[in-house]
Amino acid sequence: MTLSETQVWVLIGALTLMGLLVKGIGPALVGGRALPRWASGVIAVMAPALLTALVLTAVLTDGRRLAAGADTVGVAVAALLLLRRAPLLVACLAAVVVTAGLRLLAG
Amino acid sequence: MGDSFRRGLRLGVPYAAVATVLSMSFGVLAVQVGFTPLQAIATSALVFGGSAQFASLAIVGAGGGIPAALGAATLMHSRFLAMGIAMASSLKGGPLRRALEGQATVDSSWATGSRGDGTFDRGLVFGMTAPQYVGWVLGTAAGAYGGGLVGDPEALGLDALFPTFFIGILIADLRRPRARVAAVLGGAVALALVPFTPPGVPVLAASLGALVGLARPGARPAGEEAA
Repeated sequence: MTLSETQVWVLIGALTLMGLLVKGIGPALVGGRALPRWASGVIAVMAPALLTALVLTAVLTDGRRLAAGADTVGVAVAALLLLRRAPLLVACLAAVVVTAGLRLLAG
Repeated sequence: MGDSFRRGLRLGVPYAAVATVLSMSFGVLAVQVGFTPLQAIATSALVFGGSAQFASLAIVGAGGGIPAALGAATLMHSRFLAMGIAMASSLKGGPLRRALEGQATVDSSWATGSRGDGTFDRGLVFGMTAPQYVGWVLGTAAGAYGGGLVGDPEALGLDALFPTFFIGILIADLRRPRARVAAVLGGAVALALVPFTPPGVPVLAASLGALVGLARPGARPAGEEAA
């Protein structure tokens, strides 16, 4: 790291302000009125769109590369279990065991 | 609000457990990179965003400066802009109060709080975020001060937990046909952008997938009865 201790504090301050702004600006500017119908329709399906993107970018990328790894297999096994109505805890256990196991085998 | 909040607290506990473990690795890494333990804890307490924190740490650790670290963190955080706009009209009070309430936005709480009709259960979001915040800060402290005691989260396979949790939330959503289309579009947009944009942008751009919600204006969202 090339930053001094003071510079790290500056970075933390900047990150804090950025976070407050990014999370706060939408609620401050857009809220306080009833939503038009078209907006409700869009917002209603935003969670699945963003969650899918979060999952896929977490398990199928390595930096800017598309790549599969042990976690890809672990999460895929967990997804299959969840689709077959397994409890979340069982799926999580499977995800962790498969991922860690494959990494152990790969050395 | 009281019942929602309590239900949120209960739902938030498993996420808090994972957040604790992940933030331990943040604490360990931050101190390795050169943060003081206090700085590591302050980062988690004030920024409270895993992907943004890890992204800025990676840049600083590689010798990058403040602008580069801030830029990377902002891109990782940018999805909360979309989430905040989505949740805005479900929050209470004037602009300042709503901006404050918006700080409770984290992926899991936001997604679980989404009722699937364009509104959000505000109490549930607060309830779910509260234990995750506590876990996030405590975990960071444990990692920053007790570094050596924590194993490598990747070797333990713990990075597979959050995607699994998110799939758990998704599956309930996907009973609605239109949500399925949004999920496929969002995922496709994100993966298509990965090679061409900095990390963080693909997830923000995935909100475009939600534009499928514009289709057939006036119709009831299909499959609503299943929600």
